[in-house]
Amino acid sequence: MPTNPPNIPCYHCGLDCHTSEIAVEEKMFCCHGCLTVYEILKASDLCDYYDLNQSPGSTPNEMGLETKYGFLGDESLQKQLLNFADGDKANITLTTPTMHCSSCIWLLESLYKLNAGITYSKVNFLKKTLNITYNTNTTNLQSIVQLLASLGYEPEFNLQQISNKSQQTAQKSLYIKIGIAGFAFANIMLLSLPEYFAKADEVPESFIWFFGWLNILLALPVLLFSARDYFMSAWKGIKHRVVNMDIPIAMGISTLFIRSTFEIVSGIGQGWMDSFSGLVFLLLIGRLFQDKTYQRLSFDRDYKSYFPLSVIRKRELKEESIPLGNLNPGDRILVRNNEIIPADSILISGHGNVDYSFVTGESDAVKKQSGDMIYAGGKQVGSTIELEVVKVVSQSYLTQLWNNDVFRKEDDNSIDSLANTVAKYFTAIVISIAVATLLYWLPNGIQSALNAATAVLIVACPCALALTIPFTFGTAMRFFGRIDFYIKNSQVIERLAEINIIVFDKTGTMTDSQGMEIEFIPENGNRLSESEIQLIRDIARHSTHPLSRKLVSFLPITDLYMEPESYEEIPGKGIIASIDGKSVMLGSSVFVTGEKKDRRTINATRVFLTIDDINRGYFEFRSIYRKGLKVLMSSLVDKYEVDLLSGDNDHEKENLLPYFGGNSVLKFNQSPEDKMKHIHSLQKRGDTVMMVGDGMNDAGALKQSNIGISISEDVHAFSPACDAILNADEFQRLPNILRMAKSSISIVKVGFAISFLYNILGLTLAVQGYLSPLVSAILMPISSVTVVVFSTVATSLAAKRILIDNPRY
Amino acid sequence: MGVLPILIIASLFVAICFLLAFLWAVKNGQYEDSYTPSIRMLLDDKKMNNQVEIEDKHGN
Repeated sequence: MPTNPPNIPCYHCGLDCHTSEIAVEEKMFCCHGCLTVYEILKASDLCDYYDLNQSPGSTPNEMGLETKYGFLGDESLQKQLLNFADGDKANITLTTPTMHCSSCIWLLESLYKLNAGITYSKVNFLKKTLNITYNTNTTNLQSIVQLLASLGYEPEFNLQQISNKSQQTAQKSLYIKIGIAGFAFANIMLLSLPEYFAKADEVPESFIWFFGWLNILLALPVLLFSARDYFMSAWKGIKHRVVNMDIPIAMGISTLFIRSTFEIVSGIGQGWMDSFSGLVFLLLIGRLFQDKTYQRLSFDRDYKSYFPLSVIRKRELKEESIPLGNLNPGDRILVRNNEIIPADSILISGHGNVDYSFVTGESDAVKKQSGDMIYAGGKQVGSTIELEVVKVVSQSYLTQLWNNDVFRKEDDNSIDSLANTVAKYFTAIVISIAVATLLYWLPNGIQSALNAATAVLIVACPCALALTIPFTFGTAMRFFGRIDFYIKNSQVIERLAEINIIVFDKTGTMTDSQGMEIEFIPENGNRLSESEIQLIRDIARHSTHPLSRKLVSFLPITDLYMEPESYEEIPGKGIIASIDGKSVMLGSSVFVTGEKKDRRTINATRVFLTIDDINRGYFEFRSIYRKGLKVLMSSLVDKYEVDLLSGDNDHEKENLLPYFGGNSVLKFNQSPEDKMKHIHSLQKRGDTVMMVGDGMNDAGALKQSNIGISISEDVHAFSPACDAILNADEFQRLPNILRMAKSSISIVKVGFAISFLYNILGLTLAVQGYLSPLVSAILMPISSVTVVVFSTVATSLAAKRILIDNPRY
Repeated sequence: MGVLPILIIASLFVAICFLLAFLWAVKNGQYEDSYTPSIRMLLDDKKMNNQVEIEDKHGN
């Protein structure tokens, strides 16, 4: 019997080696997979990998890679995956989530040494993507992916990747717009200096003419290219009869440009081209600041990114891997341990043990007999099963949820946003002042009347106003990111401040998704001896039942292992085994003790134990509520209505009740659709609802709610479509986040007030006809800079106080 | 004073060169990943025939 060596980390991946048998050249490995990777690297002289970092590898998956990636041979699927294929050259971008250090970058970019067909490979570490160009004559996609998988960098494939390719271009074009606007701004400023400082007759006529025309030339690309989005958005607003912030902006900048051009061409003056380009430049900077997105996070995922790309079909005793879309009713498929069942189907053979926790929130796995119906979305735990498909993937029970209208409607929250409400009144007031000014000056001639009216439009351009929101919300977003709360866009902050009902999901949201508290309650006070604990552990190790697995991880680890002499697992009941001369029974109350039903078992899951037919008591399994839940809930119920929608049974209702307020609604056994309907009915009542959930079963509710927050242990891992992702460890900060959202709104309002003051000052000058280019050139940047500095500083201070310095809960 | 327009055009020409360089950098994807290159430059690309040196390191 081998004993464990003192924990030696695997030379490749750093995990503990449980045996000293897998070793080469005095280097120890935890498994044959790691050893194989080492040997591959050594053969290709790539051992530098280990010099860059200690134990840099990822433990490779040793499953049959040949069949697993067979589907990549499919021509039509390849076409969808590849970025381009041209003659014998092909390029693909793969997502490899396991890359984690500089060694990984080095190895992945040295792939050409391992496979001669790969001509080029480049890593983007932040996005965890790998871009590979390869020669289709010497290698193929399948062998490249198999190479990556055998090295421990298994690429992720899912249906979502296929249906939407990246939209990097928007960010790129914003950079270019800013570059051009900034270039024009700086140069026009330079050319305008004589206008600012020289006396009227110091500069020769020809120079003024030359500078003026040069300014027009520089400003044209700003108008036609950089500011294009504002005109387009304003036009869209007019078409839909909605006044948005971009309408006064478009009005202001077009008046600026037209009047400046007119003045330069007719030789009256130099115009305001500097103000014009500076304004566009600042507005675009604001947009960049606001649009900073979290590249690795995805907020729009649906079931497609959860389902695998391929499935193993069994046909006439041959197993082949086919793309999921090609699956038809009547097909026989194989589903292995820990794989997702992709379509509604009937169990043909094997022991079905399906974990639906991700779909329903119900934490216990369900046993299935052959002939039983199995719904898509469950995960098989245990041995391989064979299934016959009944419905195609998109028509299955789970996926049908996405056929609901909620998932079709586009997010269109911009209409009622704070900025647009302000813009409505603002535009009306500015236009009426401009018209009034025009009429007032008309007796003095059309020329001076137009001058004064256009000056009003120019100075009232809501540049400062338009900068308040991006800089306030952009700053708030950054601070949210620091405490691992990631929001989809800045409008989420506005909606966060408006909610009055919070709805929680239970499993995985209020409870720790992995954690279970287990306590042994002995019968007659006889505690278990150390050797007895070891016997139970050795028996439970043989079972794939989730409760057995939890029991194994709970019981203390011992050095010795013993094989049971006999072992039998009766599905749905328990285990009978004999070990070390003792007969042990582990399982349900009826099975083990013969008692029909223990009245105390209502509130918790219990596993009973007898050793040599003597009743020894039971293990009690309780879910653990998240740390600080009590304080969190008590601070929330004061200000909001807090409800609970759980897909689980009502075992724990009694334990949960104290956390909630008097008017809370607690519902159990809720299907994904029930949850969605509950939220909808609240909204019909006129409430603004925030849903906090974690699983696939909350997807509908998260989408239906005004704000859907997804709780995730690993923010980069899968989370259903939502507006924000919160790291589970920061769950207790939820009240702080809500407070911060409200503070941000207050800051925006103060920012609006400041920019109104500047507007009033400018307007007073403009209606009197005092607005010279110099005054305008000073006033506009100053108002913008004041507002930007105020928004950024005030928001940072508020965020420091509310989010960072504040101890959690 | 007559030299001024020429100087201004020359300075504009230089500025446009920088603008073009910026546009090229954006189009080339240099702003897409601002992290990996900082690591990549620290990784040495050893020649394939450095067998002895590598053996030495691992021998210890």
